[in-house]
Amino acid sequence: MSVSVRIPTILRSYTGGDSEVSAEGSTLAEVLDSLDASYSGIKGRIVDEAGELRRFVNVYVGNDDVRFLDNLDTATPDGTQISVIPAVAGG
Amino acid sequence: MRDGAFGHARGLLCRECGHQVALGPFYACSECFGPLEVDYDFPAVTRAEIEAGPPNIWRYKALLPVPSDIEESPNTEPGFTRLLKADNLGTALGIRTLWVKDDSTNPTNSFKDRVVACALSAARELDAKVFACPSTGNLANAVAAAGARAGIKTVVFIPADLEHPKQVNSAVYTEQLVAVNGTYDDVNRLASEIAGEEDGWAFVNVNVRPFYAEGSKTLGFEIAEQLGWRLPDQIVIPVASGSQLTKVDKAFQELIKLGLVEGKPYRIFGAQATGCSPVSAAFKDGREVIRPVKPDTIAKSLAIGNPADGIYVLDICRRTGGAIEDVNDDEVRAGILLLARTEGIFTETAGGTTVGCLKKLVDTGQLDPELETVVINTGMGLKTLDAISDQVGPAATIDPSYAAFSATGLA
Repeated sequence: MSVSVRIPTILRSYTGGDSEVSAEGSTLAEVLDSLDASYSGIKGRIVDEAGELRRFVNVYVGNDDVRFLDNLDTATPDGTQISVIPAVAGG
Repeated sequence: MRDGAFGHARGLLCRECGHQVALGPFYACSECFGPLEVDYDFPAVTRAEIEAGPPNIWRYKALLPVPSDIEESPNTEPGFTRLLKADNLGTALGIRTLWVKDDSTNPTNSFKDRVVACALSAARELDAKVFACPSTGNLANAVAAAGARAGIKTVVFIPADLEHPKQVNSAVYTEQLVAVNGTYDDVNRLASEIAGEEDGWAFVNVNVRPFYAEGSKTLGFEIAEQLGWRLPDQIVIPVASGSQLTKVDKAFQELIKLGLVEGKPYRIFGAQATGCSPVSAAFKDGREVIRPVKPDTIAKSLAIGNPADGIYVLDICRRTGGAIEDVNDDEVRAGILLLARTEGIFTETAGGTTVGCLKKLVDTGQLDPELETVVINTGMGLKTLDAISDQVGPAATIDPSYAAFSATGLA
């Protein structure tokens, strides 16, 4: 299962400046592991010590916030676009 | 960047983990994604210096991330709005001493002119080419107007189903109003993505948000100054992203720290519409975490389902002994009418929400009616006429004769 992940500016130091990278996995958790295998340390910026999504990061699978889906267990079908976006915007 | 571009600000600081970042168009901590806030090295500031300043937010410029020559660059000169003693509303609700801070009289008729003026200064100092925002309406109005006056290109994004007057109130100032099919949270996400791709864009509430948000402190500064340099006992503030409530608390804390007011306990209360009440729900459930919601309320200016500062609102309301309440759409409409009929102030749905929550807080014993209380009106009713247009109108339609008028019984 290959997916495309959009990387926010503050994490592009891990991806050599790339704003979009590909990863593998059938759930968001697997995708993050795959991402971390390619870009060591990036997962720890998205997920906290307890293994949960950090509270100031929003992750979207397609157009949907994974907090409305199954969080890290959200399915990531082949070809899905995943976006990681800082949550501290707006208002 | 020139010396003093951000006044007495010395850097940005992560509110979550304390990580330090240099001044610039940055908003999320690179360590933990937490919100960056402006960190200052404040000089000594006196009441007399502030009182000698202009009748707008720049009287507090020493406490904002703006240069000392801020008044010389074209801006909308917002703020120093009226603080009205609201005896009629107080009597109606059983509150002994009540004030309304009326921000509907700002240049584009909402509190957003305050935050946008600070964001505009940041955009200018950072040499941004485009001034932009995702908005529930009022912010787009303020950005479009401020950009026109400053001569900077504006691009403003709104949900496509926004009230028509709020669309016109932006489009009149800018050629680049973009209506997005989706909720505000969808628009916000789009803006965050654009901010990550386009160089030279200052998104007021995204990449220059730390500077923007500081503008809301001026509401707190003004309330204290207008009360004769003292803090109220209780204050009721609407909650959308939660930034305004958070910054009013910061303003009160800074005034105490700088010796401009005497320290004292105060209670901060948040107001939400039930159809978009993720922070109120978390407060009532005793939770530390905000669960995002899909908004469904007539209070569209408060319809942020995933509020960035929601957890700080929870912290502050709990710390100060306040509360967070919510009211349904009928109570929002009733709040609009109550404020209009008792104080002659026509507020929009956000103000109806705040007045509705004020009433509910008194009725449920959460707010002490014996203590001095301030309620903030953040916007103008002419922008949300549809909310109450089927509830008010002519009492009679008559021929132009005295007999016809007499027959109505209105004399």
